[in-house]
Amino acid sequence: MKYAYYPGCSLDATGIEYDIANKLVARTLGIELVEIPDWNCCGATSAHTTNHLLALALPARNLAIAEAHGFEQVAVPCAACFARCKKTAAAVQASPDLQVQISEVIGMTYAAKSEILSYLDVIGKKTGLDHIKKHVVQPLTGLKIAAYYGCLLVRPVDITQSDDPENPMVMDRLLQVIGAEPIAWDYKTECCGASQVVPVPQLGKKLIHDILKNAASYGADAIATACPLCMLNLDMRQKQINAMFGTQFHIPVFHFTELMALSFGYSAQDFGLAKHFESAESLLERMIGGKGA
Amino acid sequence: MRRIGVFICHCGSNIAATVDCAKVAEAARGFPGVVYSADYKYMCSEPGQEFIKAAIAQEDLNAIVVASCTPRMHELTFRKTLANGGLNPYLFEMANLREQCSWVHTDKEKATVKAIDLVKMAAAKANKNEELTSSTMPVHKKALVIGAGIAGMQAALDIADAGHQVVLVEREPTIGGKMPMLDKTFPTMDCSACISTPKMVEVAQHPNIELLAYAEVTEVKGFIGSFTVQIRQKAKYVDHDKCTGCGLCETKCPSKVPNEYDLGLGQRACIYKPFAQAVPNKPVIDPLHCRKLVDNKCGLCAKVCPTGAVNYQDAERLFTDTFGAIVMATGYDLYPWEEIYGEYGYGRFPDVITGLQFERMVNASGPTGGKLKRPSDGQEPKSVVFIKCVGSREPAKAKGYCSRACCMYTAKHAHQVLDKIPDAAVYVFYMDVRAAGKAYDEFYEATLKDGAVYLRGRVSKIYQEGSKLIVKGEDSLLGRPVQVTADLVVLATAMIPSQGSRELAQTVGFLPDLDGWYQEAHPKLRPVETPTAGVFLAGACQGPKDIPDTVAQAGAAAAKVCGLLSKSQLETNPMTARSNPAICSGCGLCVAVCPYKAIQLISLADRDRYGKRINRTVADVNHGLCQGCGACTVTCRSGAIDLQGFKNNQILEEVDALWR
Ligand SMILES: Cc1cc2nc3c(=O)[nH]c(=O)nc-3n(C[C@H](O)[C@H](O)[C@H](O)COP(=O)(O)OP(=O)(O)OC[C@H]3O[C@@H](n4cnc5c(N)ncnc54)[C@H](O)[C@@H]3O)c2cc1C
Repeated sequence: MKYAYYPGCSLDATGIEYDIANKLVARTLGIELVEIPDWNCCGATSAHTTNHLLALALPARNLAIAEAHGFEQVAVPCAACFARCKKTAAAVQASPDLQVQISEVIGMTYAAKSEILSYLDVIGKKTGLDHIKKHVVQPLTGLKIAAYYGCLLVRPVDITQSDDPENPMVMDRLLQVIGAEPIAWDYKTECCGASQVVPVPQLGKKLIHDILKNAASYGADAIATACPLCMLNLDMRQKQINAMFGTQFHIPVFHFTELMALSFGYSAQDFGLAKHFESAESLLERMIGGKGA
Repeated sequence: MRRIGVFICHCGSNIAATVDCAKVAEAARGFPGVVYSADYKYMCSEPGQEFIKAAIAQEDLNAIVVASCTPRMHELTFRKTLANGGLNPYLFEMANLREQCSWVHTDKEKATVKAIDLVKMAAAKANKNEELTSSTMPVHKKALVIGAGIAGMQAALDIADAGHQVVLVEREPTIGGKMPMLDKTFPTMDCSACISTPKMVEVAQHPNIELLAYAEVTEVKGFIGSFTVQIRQKAKYVDHDKCTGCGLCETKCPSKVPNEYDLGLGQRACIYKPFAQAVPNKPVIDPLHCRKLVDNKCGLCAKVCPTGAVNYQDAERLFTDTFGAIVMATGYDLYPWEEIYGEYGYGRFPDVITGLQFERMVNASGPTGGKLKRPSDGQEPKSVVFIKCVGSREPAKAKGYCSRACCMYTAKHAHQVLDKIPDAAVYVFYMDVRAAGKAYDEFYEATLKDGAVYLRGRVSKIYQEGSKLIVKGEDSLLGRPVQVTADLVVLATAMIPSQGSRELAQTVGFLPDLDGWYQEAHPKLRPVETPTAGVFLAGACQGPKDIPDTVAQAGAAAAKVCGLLSKSQLETNPMTARSNPAICSGCGLCVAVCPYKAIQLISLADRDRYGKRINRTVADVNHGLCQGCGACTVTCRSGAIDLQGFKNNQILEEVDALWR
């Protein structure tokens, strides 16, 4: 399978280890990821809070380049980029006038013909669980994991085409295939606060705290994410949360592809596990005899 | 040649304000065949009708056009006027100047021109109308009632009290439907069982009612006055003639399964009565779980039965009978919320229950003996959250309609919690409070005074934290998110048509509405009849409703049935389809479009053009079933089918008149 790959800004910076793990997993599974040449920022929150047309034009340019290179499918690992791309495609598909306008703005034809998939859907829906299972050499047996989806991968459902916006299962099924034990918990799709933690920390941190608390209450050993910003909030801010709420959270948080890479036999040195804030070392020690670390 | 009289009605100012009636009457005098015309304030009034009768005599009229309101309103009235005036009633034609003209236009000049056209068309048709005569058919003086909830029981009792025979078919092992499951009924808070179980007994003992419980209707043939119906009674494995209902078998049966009657909150044996006051008050064996029937082990019930009533070899029974009328009373089910409400946990949390489960729980004869207990740990809940409109008024997810009884029963439940647990906190999430009914709003107000906290907004999520349920929602009056910690959550789930009701409608021969509720013939004027003659509606099968409305409707349906059964013969509607076998090719298109299953293909002995004997297939219309809708006539390629009173040439005459 061949996909145009849109890493987005985060995967070049705060979420660099996500990018590494994604590529390892793709290599093992025989998925070809071709980075969209000369891609630009999707505009994220900043664009759509300033100018509607800008918010559509930025992702449209990337998608138009992918189309020009003949790609029928675009893989987007970041949940925010995914949401922006999907919204753009839907808006353009719904309005021929907009299609003309956008194409004019970006100086390229954008037909909105290609299928846009989150990287989670590429692996979890398009690749085939049986195929993945064949590559598992180091099953993550006994790892009680909370699959966390956040909001942008699932809502609004008519745009995201999530399997179930209230209780999505794509990641859970993937984690099960690699031997882990996904738990049924209640905060799968609650918002992590995204960038709100910066301007309104009381609110943002409460949201993060509630997610960690719910995962912990169900005995999760770790949390798996499919978004670099969710990852950052849940991983980096545990210290701040503990300080604010007097809690003692130390829950390792992983990108779902990191856990897959581990199960495929890669070691932590092969990807960016050392870049995590909450150490996973003792957990991995317990789980797979430290082979990962 | 026809001598047509045209009568233009003012309908007070309804028509006259927008249409110049005198001018229309004057114009009518120039139409072919019209020899007399007049306008009058109220044509349907007694003087109006007398006026027509006098004109028939004086002007020697032999066809009449009245231009007034819709035929649905007064066609029958004027047909009778003709009959009284000595004319065949089908020589009458109606032009609708109200719904189709004055009510929908404002420009008087243009409306008058249109009115003249409408009358011109009606007069043209009157020229072609033919005398039609009804024939008669016999009425079997026996009614079938399907479903024995409060609706079916009430209808059966009313018909039986009027002296007619009734067969009452119920598919569960007991009659009663939902009403005896309830604890108390709003707004009077009288005990539901105390008013419903005596009715059940009355039904069982009524000399004119034959009760067939644990049975279903499998086939219906025929038409009004004479429906031939097949009923299949499931194997009970207990001979109810021998059984005394002592209950020993139930106490000895070693296999226990969740009791459907308690909606899974309690257990029952595999030889069981659904509840203590069940009617018939004798058990049946559950063939899916009984060890003897499944594995050929056990057999304890047969051993302990003092009268030898248990019969493991029992088989289902088929009955066939003929009825003059059928009453549908199949009630409702509740929306399977577990399938779509992921935000409420898809049924994962044991302490999230439905209103009907709550009824079983507060019911003194229910699984907890009337004590409010959390299903998870049996603790008394101190904080209870009610959520209304779960599946109702939710077009994006489930049903768009309002389920009507939930606002009131939720107020009742809130009141009951506060009554039983005075220090409890009760929250009700609502969209609106719809308490239209006698003493209903007062009841809701009293619940507020009791201390129930009403929060206007939807609940977005429920999840478990330790032994508590966290309920997150919105208070849309304050514009703020709210979070409530609850011990028990009760969902007011939408009413939906009972399982299998769509298939049953098909068997009986009519179509439900888009949501699956049984469609009445007219929403205002014929609320308890279906479009299929002789089939009537009672209770929640027609749409969500509470007990007072259900009982009122059941009485109305019974009155209609009694009216029908009081006749020994029925006049048939002569405006039915006729097929001309000479030009029918037997293609069967009409059979497929007929909503009343009134057309059959039959074999006709004929000769081909060489004189050889052949058998041809042709369409044959059953005039008892045909309702004269005309669907067949427009599908017929060769024009072999024609509708009496709406013949193709009559309609084309109208069209021609418009352009003449
Ligand atoms: C939680 C709750 C609380 C309520 N509280 C109140 C209250 O306090 N006051 C009030 O006025 N109303 C109340 N209601 C409404 C009340 O339940 C209904 O108005 C009433 O039960 C309707 O009666 P019914 O006979 O039309 O339907 P049902 O009670 O549903 O009876 C239908 C019967 O038909 C049978 N049946 C179905 N299909 C077939 C078939 N194919 N063949 C043979 N038999 C069939 C069923 O088994 C059943 O016995 C409440 C409803 C709920 C859900």
